[in-house]
Amino acid sequence: MNAPAPIEQKRTSVWEMYRSIVGIGAFCALLIVSVYQGTAGRIADNKARFLSNAIAQVLPDVQSTVEVSLDANGVLVAATEPASLPAFLAYGEDGELVGAVITAQAMGYADNVTVLYSYSFDLQAIVGFMVLETKETPGLGDKVETEPHFLANFEALDARLNEEGTALANAIVTVKQGEKTEPWQIDGITGATITSEAIGVIMHQGSSYWLPALERDARSFQPPSGPLDE
Amino acid sequence: MALKQVSSTDEFIKGLWRDNPVFIHMLGLCPALAVSNTAINALAMGAATTFVLLMAGLSVSLLRNFIPREARIVSYICIIATFVTCVDYAIMAISIELHRALGAFIALIVVNCLILGRSEAFASKHNPGRALLDALGMGVGFTGALFFIGVMREVLGSGTLFGVGLFPDGFQTWTVMVLPSGGFFAMAIWLLVVNWIRQRQADAEKQAVEQAGKAAS
Repeated sequence: MNAPAPIEQKRTSVWEMYRSIVGIGAFCALLIVSVYQGTAGRIADNKARFLSNAIAQVLPDVQSTVEVSLDANGVLVAATEPASLPAFLAYGEDGELVGAVITAQAMGYADNVTVLYSYSFDLQAIVGFMVLETKETPGLGDKVETEPHFLANFEALDARLNEEGTALANAIVTVKQGEKTEPWQIDGITGATITSEAIGVIMHQGSSYWLPALERDARSFQPPSGPLDE
Repeated sequence: MALKQVSSTDEFIKGLWRDNPVFIHMLGLCPALAVSNTAINALAMGAATTFVLLMAGLSVSLLRNFIPREARIVSYICIIATFVTCVDYAIMAISIELHRALGAFIALIVVNCLILGRSEAFASKHNPGRALLDALGMGVGFTGALFFIGVMREVLGSGTLFGVGLFPDGFQTWTVMVLPSGGFFAMAIWLLVVNWIRQRQADAEKQAVEQAGKAAS
């Protein structure tokens, strides 16, 4: 009996491979850019509204805000254009300064974690906290948004400056869960160690950058004329 | 041997029950368990996955003669990732809060084995019409499964449905149901129900065949 003839498979040419992969890649790139262009305006509006709600959540007394930035000399000035990580001075109903709201970012476990927190000039402490953006592992890293004992750190986290007012008197750090002994320490989360440590880094870096200028200039800061952001 | 002709209706219906991706094939369990803590999250994830299923199925079917066999997986993943990115932008444009609630799971639709599985097993071998019907059936089946799990978890875990309170003030909610472990409990209960119904159906069919056999003899 003769052996069956081997089935001949058509060999794919290099041109066919290039054509399909490059063609699909170009189509996909065009589609993504088009959708991005079409939705960018709406996304920016939604993010602005979300930020406004988030500010009201971390500093409930706020009625209006002014976005601020630091000039080349480190002096607090009104921001001329929105920053990717903005900071705001927050004013109450009678136009009195009620605090500052700072956004800051650092690397977590999976990606950058962006947080928003509020600072009280009276208490010289961080008094509110909210995660704005995270891609941390669901059920583990995202506990920094929900764990009650972790959120309790930010009811009055000490952030006072040194006597010269040039830097934080004590570095804000995250310690292991249950080992917090000082008011400037953050009680971490077992099972979300890297993310909770990242929150400490974010708080320390953001506060080190903003608080010396805010403490020095915020009370004498003259908000620009015209309606403030509601 | 002649192949059995499958009607268009069957192509759609099979994903709802007989080949339900979650309850029968156990595909896409990661979002099914993780994002189903409320009914609205379950519906949103189901809708996003159904859209990606439809668009990926249509694209793969249209391009099935253009994509060489050796480059098919990379091509499918590229197509799926593109539509997931589009859905990601669309959800952000609709609601940032919803986008935050769904978290990393929108991006993870890319690696949902249901979508790649239907592209490879079905869309690449059938015309666009059938590919769309198959994707729609699978998408609705997936959404339905997530919805059933989500309703059970929200009602028991939060005492609400779509955010509306269902019980008097004294009702003690089962917090465990909105935690990750609650996803497994809800999934197990629904699997029990689905398997019980399927077993009854199988028994009824077996009895019918036996009775028909006796009647013929």
